[in-house]
Amino acid sequence: MSETIKTDVLIVGAGPVGLFAVFELGLLDIKTHLVDILDKVGGQCAELYPEKPIYDIPGIPYITGHGLTEALMQQIKPFNPTFHLNEMVTSLEKTGDPGFRVTTDGGKTFECKCVVVAAGGGSFQPKRPPINGIEAYEEKSVHYAVRKMENFRGKRLVVVGGGDSALDWTLNLQPLAKSLTLVHRRDDFRGAPDSVNKMRALVADNKMDLKIGQVTALEGSDGVLAACAIKGNDGTVHRVEVDAMLPFFGLTMKLGPVANWGIEMDDELIPVDTGTFETNIPGLFAIGDINTYPGKLKLILSGFHEGALMAQKAHRYVYPDKKLVFQYTTSSTSLQKKLGVA
Amino acid sequence: MPKITYIEHDGSQHTVDAEIGSTVMETALRNDIASIVAECGGSCTCATCLVHVDEKWFAVVGPPSSDEEEQLDTAFEVKPTSRLSCQIKVTEAIDGLIVHTPAYQGR
Repeated sequence: MSETIKTDVLIVGAGPVGLFAVFELGLLDIKTHLVDILDKVGGQCAELYPEKPIYDIPGIPYITGHGLTEALMQQIKPFNPTFHLNEMVTSLEKTGDPGFRVTTDGGKTFECKCVVVAAGGGSFQPKRPPINGIEAYEEKSVHYAVRKMENFRGKRLVVVGGGDSALDWTLNLQPLAKSLTLVHRRDDFRGAPDSVNKMRALVADNKMDLKIGQVTALEGSDGVLAACAIKGNDGTVHRVEVDAMLPFFGLTMKLGPVANWGIEMDDELIPVDTGTFETNIPGLFAIGDINTYPGKLKLILSGFHEGALMAQKAHRYVYPDKKLVFQYTTSSTSLQKKLGVA
Repeated sequence: MPKITYIEHDGSQHTVDAEIGSTVMETALRNDIASIVAECGGSCTCATCLVHVDEKWFAVVGPPSSDEEEQLDTAFEVKPTSRLSCQIKVTEAIDGLIVHTPAYQGR
């Protein structure tokens, strides 16, 4: 059963640009909800370079991706946005002028006046291993995430990868699986040392199998896996009978459902008007790395500017009868009240 | 200026000038080598700029750092001479470098 959430503006993507949009909209009394496919806020700053330095945020000579995310969260706190993490926006339809209905893969429905797409390079999705015909098994036998552990009870499992996801699921699923084989390209694991030790103990007790190499072929029919071929680094190939395979190779950015929302696109980017950052659909905006216009630079600072201008136009949709008077946070008591400092 | 040759999986070959101090990844992007994705922009966090260094050049380029080795875990069809091109700095020593680019970078 889906719940319907009403808000002024729905922001798709909780990266730095989506977060700062909360601030600019908030100053204009516009309420926001944000949806992000990751399990954390920060977008690429959190997923790709949390500990890496960023040197080109105006006024901040040096900050990490994590640091910038934290600072933005502190900055937007007065506006109390609601986050819907681990969810992907799947559909969007225009229901009014202005008005949109947006649904997520988590079963939520939003009704809002405006939508701001701040989706960066698209949605982070699991990397698919280049094994012939793997797509055919993806619904039934190949899983990139575990939603219900019970689904794997009594099954013969192959887990692929060397990070925490692969190790955690190996340790969690091994007790209920009929058999479990962990496949990794080298006999060295980047996951937590404690997990590595536990996994090695299970191997030593013959409770699971560890194979160094890669899965090179799948066998089965109608989407149901029967066996896979594991090629060792010495070239020998083992055939392992299997009911389900769980590959964990990290995430990659894919445009995803944005392409199906009826927005005019240009080579996977959304053309916008540079005065308002509105798309071809009135009330639907695109800011940050996902938009394009003459001279576009994929910089966080550009996305911040885009969010500020977007908010001015969004105000006209949310409060059509209110006149917007431009104010500075430095001198406006009314803005300072909203920020909780006056 | 050092030269780098990129041989793509379909056999197409591009020999380009590389600026000292830049990286093999940046040089690829500057020259529209489509098989180098470089999603993270050179932070060694995405493994979408994988190259297979030509065997006779591997000793010159050297092995990956442990950080890079960990990232290689999230790449596909990794070989003993595989490297992330964002982690190979352009120096005079690599003038003439040959790298092979894969068909698939995970997306």
